[in-house]
Amino acid sequence: MTTSQLVGYALVKILVIVGIVVAFYAPVLVVLERRQSAMIQDRIGPHRAGFTLFGIRFTFGGLLHPIADSVKMMWKEDLIPPNADKLLHSLAPIIAMIPTVATFAVVPFGDMFYPGHLTDVIPRGGIPNAVAVPLQVATVDVGILFCFAIAGTGIIGAAIGGYASDNKYSLLGGLRAASQMVSYEVALGLTLVPCFMMYGTLRFDEMVRYQATHLWGICYPPLTFAALLYFIAATAEGKRVPFDLPEGESELVGGYFTEYSGMKFGMFFTGEFIEVVGLACFAAVIFFGGWHVPFLHENGFDFGAHFAFDMPAPQFVGWLSMPQWTTAHVTLGRMQLSHWVVILLQFSAFFFVKVGSMIWFQLMIRWTVPRFRYDQVMRLCWKGLLPLAMVNVVVTAAFILLTSAP
Amino acid sequence: MAITTKVLKKPKRSISDQVYIPAIVDGLGLTMSRFFKNTLGPIAERETATVKYPEESREYPERFRGVHRLTQRIDGSPRCVACLCCSTACPAQCIHIEPAEYEPDDPRYGYERFPKAFLIDELRCIFCGYCVEACPCDAIRMDTGVHMPPGVQRTDFLYDKETLLSIPGRDGSHKTANPRHEPGEASHPGIDRDHSH
Repeated sequence: MTTSQLVGYALVKILVIVGIVVAFYAPVLVVLERRQSAMIQDRIGPHRAGFTLFGIRFTFGGLLHPIADSVKMMWKEDLIPPNADKLLHSLAPIIAMIPTVATFAVVPFGDMFYPGHLTDVIPRGGIPNAVAVPLQVATVDVGILFCFAIAGTGIIGAAIGGYASDNKYSLLGGLRAASQMVSYEVALGLTLVPCFMMYGTLRFDEMVRYQATHLWGICYPPLTFAALLYFIAATAEGKRVPFDLPEGESELVGGYFTEYSGMKFGMFFTGEFIEVVGLACFAAVIFFGGWHVPFLHENGFDFGAHFAFDMPAPQFVGWLSMPQWTTAHVTLGRMQLSHWVVILLQFSAFFFVKVGSMIWFQLMIRWTVPRFRYDQVMRLCWKGLLPLAMVNVVVTAAFILLTSAP
Repeated sequence: MAITTKVLKKPKRSISDQVYIPAIVDGLGLTMSRFFKNTLGPIAERETATVKYPEESREYPERFRGVHRLTQRIDGSPRCVACLCCSTACPAQCIHIEPAEYEPDDPRYGYERFPKAFLIDELRCIFCGYCVEACPCDAIRMDTGVHMPPGVQRTDFLYDKETLLSIPGRDGSHKTANPRHEPGEASHPGIDRDHSH
């Protein structure tokens, strides 16, 4: 591949992932969260924003609300408190937003992509010497460590935002955010160690390949437990209910973004939803097989058992004619698909089925569980998750030893 | 007296209480059942409490004090006798009545008056209902069952006699359930200017 091709494909991949996450999931989530909570609470939720065209009212079930929201945020006055640190105050939302988007660089959203063979049926194992594009923006070897490193910098945004606002509540919120995120960073890393041990790699694409050839991670007992721990730790890391102490409005008004208005608040707000998508993406990749669809291989579906037979099938010849009966050769249990269909299936299975349902589950949790007290959050981290994660590492080691023994 | 202490034992919590997970699963069961009932369930069984207001609205309660109306006699004239009881009782002083005498040859001349002008400033009105209680003739009522319709200027809210007379009650009638016995009718108790007790 030439350099320009590399850069071109990278740009397209970045556009796809940013388009899906920032331009599709984040705004849709804003509505979905409100509508889902409404359904849980026997309400209807926002469904009115829309326009009238030719006397018909178009609302798309409330999907136009994020547009109204963002227009509102852009036109609101962008207020900086008089005694605030102007530079840091403006910088904080950017620092908070960038890492959440940057973590998506390592999320694989499809198998190897052969641009030259879009309509061909790719043989199992791929084509050796063809131009292949990994459907992942950055195939870095450290993979998941890159994620942790980048996500760790998100703390700075929240802390700086709280510090620079010249407001007691903001400062307390920033402090809470910083200490909570630093604590859960440790637990989050440890909960995923069993996965590295099981898959034997840190690369996300390799993890998915392992799960495609073996079982999905969630099926291994130690990893099921790891998934539970990861889910709790990641919810706390993303400052979501029931761990949203940094912005607990009953205690801290709005926490570290109390003094933010307009699009700066919007960036914090969007960043939080992007983190929700991020959590769902990583959970889907690490525990639910990423882009892997059961029985779907490079050349199409294969359910293992083949059963071929001839059956009569109607055939329509020409226009407006009666069907003529011919025999069709049908093979049950196997369906060959061309490359673009396979890639599209994997892509939508990952982004819309797996990530979508993970997000749905997170929102269910968010509207089910009440907020913890701050010391409970910290105790849960240091006395609960951390020891359990360590024990789980040992258990996983034993599990691998026992299952791999001849 | 010696101080006695009562040792309160901490309520026991089992492991399943401590780890929260069973409680969270219980809670998820509840929220999910509501969610699926209200999204995928049959429409008749959904329990959405929302009333989509401008398109549909809930009936106001029986005794809701809505916008005022002046009740009519059989001939369509107001039952009001301009006694000024309502405007006197009004704490917001929003009722303005100009009483007038009937023509000298009218049987009601000298017996009762009628309002030449009857004006209610609905913006000043606090909808306390005192005027309705004060009225001896059941002439002013707030049983219309509708709230004040919106307007764009203050004069839209000044309801004059004709407007008030034109507003029907909740049952659609401009009369009231209490019959009025005009002088000369058989049902009239017979007490008027000429025949006292």
